[in-house]
Amino acid sequence: MAQNNIVEFNHVQKSYDGETLVVKDLNLHVERGEFLTLLGPSGSGKTTVLMMLAGFEVPTHGEILLNGTPINNVPPHKRGIGMVFQNYALFPHMTVAENLRFPLEVRKMSRADADKKVQRALDMVRLGNFGNRRPAQLSGGQQQRIAVARALVFDPELVLMDEPLGALDKNLREEMQFEIKHIHESLGVSVVYVTHDQSEALTMSNRIAVFEEGVIQQLAAPDQLYEEPRNAFVAYFIGENNRLRGRVKNVNGTSCTVELENQGGTVEALNINTGGQGSDTTLSLRPERVSVNPDANAVPNVFDARVEELIYLGDHIRTRVSVCGNDEFVIKIPNAQGHATIKKGENVRIGWAMEDCRALDA
Amino acid sequence: MKKFPPYAGLLERSWHYVYLLICAFVFLYLITPILLIIPLSFNAEPYFTFTKGMLALDADAYSTRWYTDFFTSDSWIHSIKNSFIIAIASTFIATALGTVAALGLSRSYMPGRTLIMSILISPMIVPLIISGAAMFFFYSNINLAQTFPGVILAHTALGTPFVVITVTATLVGFDQQLVRASQSLGATPMRTFFKIIMPLIAPGVISGALFAFITSFDEVVIVLFLSGYEQRTIPLEMWSGIREQISPTILAVATLLVTISILLLTSLEMLRRRNEKLRGMSPG
Repeated sequence: MAQNNIVEFNHVQKSYDGETLVVKDLNLHVERGEFLTLLGPSGSGKTTVLMMLAGFEVPTHGEILLNGTPINNVPPHKRGIGMVFQNYALFPHMTVAENLRFPLEVRKMSRADADKKVQRALDMVRLGNFGNRRPAQLSGGQQQRIAVARALVFDPELVLMDEPLGALDKNLREEMQFEIKHIHESLGVSVVYVTHDQSEALTMSNRIAVFEEGVIQQLAAPDQLYEEPRNAFVAYFIGENNRLRGRVKNVNGTSCTVELENQGGTVEALNINTGGQGSDTTLSLRPERVSVNPDANAVPNVFDARVEELIYLGDHIRTRVSVCGNDEFVIKIPNAQGHATIKKGENVRIGWAMEDCRALDA
Repeated sequence: MKKFPPYAGLLERSWHYVYLLICAFVFLYLITPILLIIPLSFNAEPYFTFTKGMLALDADAYSTRWYTDFFTSDSWIHSIKNSFIIAIASTFIATALGTVAALGLSRSYMPGRTLIMSILISPMIVPLIISGAAMFFFYSNINLAQTFPGVILAHTALGTPFVVITVTATLVGFDQQLVRASQSLGATPMRTFFKIIMPLIAPGVISGALFAFITSFDEVVIVLFLSGYEQRTIPLEMWSGIREQISPTILAVATLLVTISILLLTSLEMLRRRNEKLRGMSPG
């Protein structure tokens, strides 16, 4: 067992009804001081994993270690893990300061020490003067900051966050993402964060585990996850993604040639996760990696496309084109100086490099 | 004067006033019997009717002799004491049991919830005379009939459903995440119960307790079956008073009971509102 891991899941399974597994053979470790995000659509098992770690759900099979000690038989209140809930879960009958003092009273800390810690925690979330308010008198963002402060006030080594920003509006959410990230960095606490919002995961995490159907599809750093998705689900779930279906014609080491369906033509792509020659595959291509009217011979994949729709989004122009028999193909044209100007209904040539096109599972 | 929206027709306007009138009649119907006993209890004559002097507002026709009679009679004092002992004891037990039952029944994984709920509620539905007779035969076998514990247990069974219902209603709006939050902060289940759950469901517990108290306090059928002379309560004393010697003392007692009930309900309601305001749970 690595000394550096605060949490380890060993072959953990969870089933609620004894038949379907919500979590299947999970092996995962959380490094000390790390910000690990469990990302996935609803029903993918990510929240169940968090609840098992918190102690609110019991694994059907397997073992969870906290600091190297099995915690399957430790009740939630003895685990010493901080937790932030989606709906804040502040105690409405207590003031903000009483909410924060609660975990310290449980730990029998003296009143003077507790008050000092409460004030420090409130200052940390920039709500130093709000100790005497009731939770109902605070805005959603303020309540969430108090919830974060309460989860940290008793100095836990590990904090779990269950979609804590889900109820906030977009601007506040982004502000809170940075705030939580900064708190994490300055305290050095380990965080396990659950979300279904991929941009939130990319912004905050050291590593992201993408969940689907109870299985981790890929566990990697944000940049690696975005640029090198290992299968079609990850490519589709993280960021925007063009999907082209086809069949592998032949494989040359790390690259392959793919014959697109509906006589769409042939594409040179990286051979990442295909079943080899003759197998069905999904090509994944990021919209910002497609160039319009590329120089001849600069890229191997060049096709004729018809512009179907242009959406002006300020920093870029989202362009939907019909290419290779696929009319959902999206290109992002950055609004940079001298960018390509095209019109709806126009025929253009688009192209992309072999390295940007990944042949994945069907 | 009510402001009608501009589209309100004659029919709607007149219906509004008819509606108010109906409401007034309903209130009158409900409250007149209670209001009538108050002046009657000051009757100087030993009758249950208004005398000519009373109607003429003659001061001599009124007296407080029935109140004096009530407070100087040993059997009345005895029954007051009994009523309070039985009501308070059964309220305590019913509140504790009912609250715990409601908490258990609110868990989604509790098996046979509806069945258990119906059994707990059944004392409210089964006619009292049947419960009373059944309890009498059962308690006689185990030597509980004509004892204080017997009457208290019987009234506990009657009061528990009220507590179960009011606490269950409060728990509908209760955020179960708070329990998890409390546990994640290190609180034992015991501490979570007393520091988090209890304060938040207190309004339901208190109103349930109040109902249980009043149920026991004015219950007569079960007491008729189960109590001996030693356990006579106010309602039983009133009941036998009406049968044996018609005396307006009963009206004096009734007036006092109505006053106590009103004071109790009002002060509890005020306490509850003050509490909610303090906690910022209701606007205001």
